[in-house]
Amino acid sequence: MAENIYDPIDQDVHSEPMMLQMGPSHPATHGTVRFTLTLEGEKVIKCETEVGYLHRGFEKESENSTWTQVFPYTDRLNYVSPLLNNFGYALAVERLLEIEVPERCDWIRTLMGELSRLSDHLTCTGAAALELGAMSAFLYAIEGRELVWDLIEEVTGARLTVSYGRIGGLKDDLTEGFEERWKYAKRRLIEIRAEVDKLLTRNRIFLDRFEGTGVLTPEMGISYGYTGPVLRSTGVDYDVRKDHPYFMYGEVDFDVPVGHRGDNFDRYLIRMEEIVQSIRIIDQCLEKMEPGPINSDDPRVVLPEKEKVYNTIEGMINHFKIIFEGIQVPPGEVYSYTEAGNGELGFYIVSNGTGKPWKIHVRSPSLIMMGGIHKLIEGGLLADIIPTFDTINMIGGECDK
Amino acid sequence: MAEVLITLVKIIVIVFVFVLGVAGSMTLLGDRKQSARIQNRVGPNQAKFFGFSLLGFPHFIADGIKLVLKENIVPAQANKFLHTIAPALVFIPALIGWSVIPFMDHYCTGTVMTLPEHGYTEVCVDGEWKNYFSIMHMNSGVLFAFAIAAISVYGAAIAGWASNSKFSLLGGLRSSAQMISYEVAMGLSLAGALLIYGTLNINEMVRMQGNLLGDWLPMWGIVIQPLAFFLFLLAGLAETKRAPFDLPEGESEIVAGYLTEYTSMKFAMMQLAEYAATVFIAALVAVVFLGGWQMPWVYADGIRIFGNHWTPFGEEVWYYISIVLRIGAITFKILFLVWLQFMMRWTLPRFRYDQVMTLGWKILLPLSIANLFITAVIVTILA
Repeated sequence: MAENIYDPIDQDVHSEPMMLQMGPSHPATHGTVRFTLTLEGEKVIKCETEVGYLHRGFEKESENSTWTQVFPYTDRLNYVSPLLNNFGYALAVERLLEIEVPERCDWIRTLMGELSRLSDHLTCTGAAALELGAMSAFLYAIEGRELVWDLIEEVTGARLTVSYGRIGGLKDDLTEGFEERWKYAKRRLIEIRAEVDKLLTRNRIFLDRFEGTGVLTPEMGISYGYTGPVLRSTGVDYDVRKDHPYFMYGEVDFDVPVGHRGDNFDRYLIRMEEIVQSIRIIDQCLEKMEPGPINSDDPRVVLPEKEKVYNTIEGMINHFKIIFEGIQVPPGEVYSYTEAGNGELGFYIVSNGTGKPWKIHVRSPSLIMMGGIHKLIEGGLLADIIPTFDTINMIGGECDK
Repeated sequence: MAEVLITLVKIIVIVFVFVLGVAGSMTLLGDRKQSARIQNRVGPNQAKFFGFSLLGFPHFIADGIKLVLKENIVPAQANKFLHTIAPALVFIPALIGWSVIPFMDHYCTGTVMTLPEHGYTEVCVDGEWKNYFSIMHMNSGVLFAFAIAAISVYGAAIAGWASNSKFSLLGGLRSSAQMISYEVAMGLSLAGALLIYGTLNINEMVRMQGNLLGDWLPMWGIVIQPLAFFLFLLAGLAETKRAPFDLPEGESEIVAGYLTEYTSMKFAMMQLAEYAATVFIAALVAVVFLGGWQMPWVYADGIRIFGNHWTPFGEEVWYYISIVLRIGAITFKILFLVWLQFMMRWTLPRFRYDQVMTLGWKILLPLSIANLFITAVIVTILA
């Protein structure tokens, strides 16, 4: 037997894994999360995730504000698609109040929600390209988001912190000429989507970076509670809009794209396809929408018209009570869930019958997905963290609440 | 004495005026304005000289002033000496390599004759060749250029190691691994061309590319070694550490790689060195594969195509015109290649570390060896 000549050499070389603190101030984690990585060369053998750098105490803040005052806080949950949070919260409280909103309100909620989803997916897809170094694709996608935000600004008066939802209705109706502006934005959005698609989807480098990285199995996705595009990428066909329709999602025709590999590339494809589906939904909403009231006629919930407030004593008192004491929500609890940009956004609300919520808990999709992200990262390379973290689309405001 | 003065003038003109002036500002400006055009932006236009934004040129100056005025920070526990010397180790090689790049053929004190029957060789009758258009006339110019280009890896590696930061260390390691890997493919892809030219002297190589195949097709390196051209260009791109090969400083993964702990002019030097390296690689590709200062059908004694020969404006004047045309030709080629690199940079995403290694060792290297082998066989048969 020949002696293994490499033995003594191997013994001499002392090596140990390197600990690397990635974040919170790191370009990819942008101040909101910290990964404590154990690296072997560039291979990640262990990843500990720490979230909470953007914790604002949303749930506790809400307990000290009236039901209506919670809306601005929900804007800051997923700040890329604030309208979806607004409507999710409004729906939860309406379920607790057991009131119905007018049909037009539901149509507008569906439409504006999908606009928000567009902004969410465009940002996520663009940012994925950006963090891989393809700056141009990012800026194209951001142009699309600007168009969406222009529309949102026109209707709600704000681009980011919209506070557009109201319990029992909305702040305002759609503006005049919204449909024309949407038509322009739609044409451009389709072009932009095609451009991004051309730049990335069949790009060899992009494919190499995205295919087969950050793989999630359906079993793992379900056991960790993953939802949204990330879960759908594994082949689990679960979309709250389809499976438990709310607003007008039952009335419109749309497809839920489902992947099968559960990797970053599938997540990217699903988001690209959902952009198309969202555009479809918005078109149908505009088509089927009928003029009508946008607020419920329940005087317990909805502010009286200004005419009444200034001219009648009942209107004045009603206005005063709702503003100062808040909407009186009957005691009880509700768990209401909607499909937000990143997955199932749930509000668990307990009311003790006063004008302020007793307890609000948010089931934020990002937080739950961050709970399992180490499984996606471990075993990959350091550079794989970037696309994985991006397609998970962790939004600090929503995750840290 | 005159020799020394001429050399000094050449150094100043080539390094400071061409490389740092024309190429530097063109690349910086081009980079910014061009990227802006690609990305649907306006680009820099707010800084102004007397109300003129001058294509964003004042931004370039403002950036320079800002970088000079920034605080110079050396991280605690860093090796101060190495940390300080590393930018120079990156920057100096990026400039030294230019000493062998010919911007024009040697100047002939007599009259130049082109001999179409001898592969369009130009000979100097009643006079001698004077080296006025490259800093150094070196027999082994290509080797020298390669040796110098390879040295800059030390700067990056030392910068990464001396910064006492894990991100820098990763960046330094990535850059050394990448540069060494691509050095091999780059050298081997060039070897085929060297076999054909039979010389390491860059100016000689350019002269040989003046040959016309069938009296009309310029026999540039890209014509006789098409595969090697692409291999060399790709490996050269990887050498410059710019996107899509910018993983040593992949900003979303390892912050800024080996540049993480650098500020002020040290940072600017590293960045400038990268730009200079981009231009240098462009120059190398231009001289080896794109005919250097050769302009198709333009020779020192007139225009020749399909066996015809004209000498516009008389021989004396034409010689000077041809010099200007040829310097213009190489400048244009260099700027075109730089532009090409920037187009790639703004279009493509970044590779992953292992993918770059795979590309280098498993694709480029076998291809360049095959190219060398085939070339060798053909050269042997023809000889």
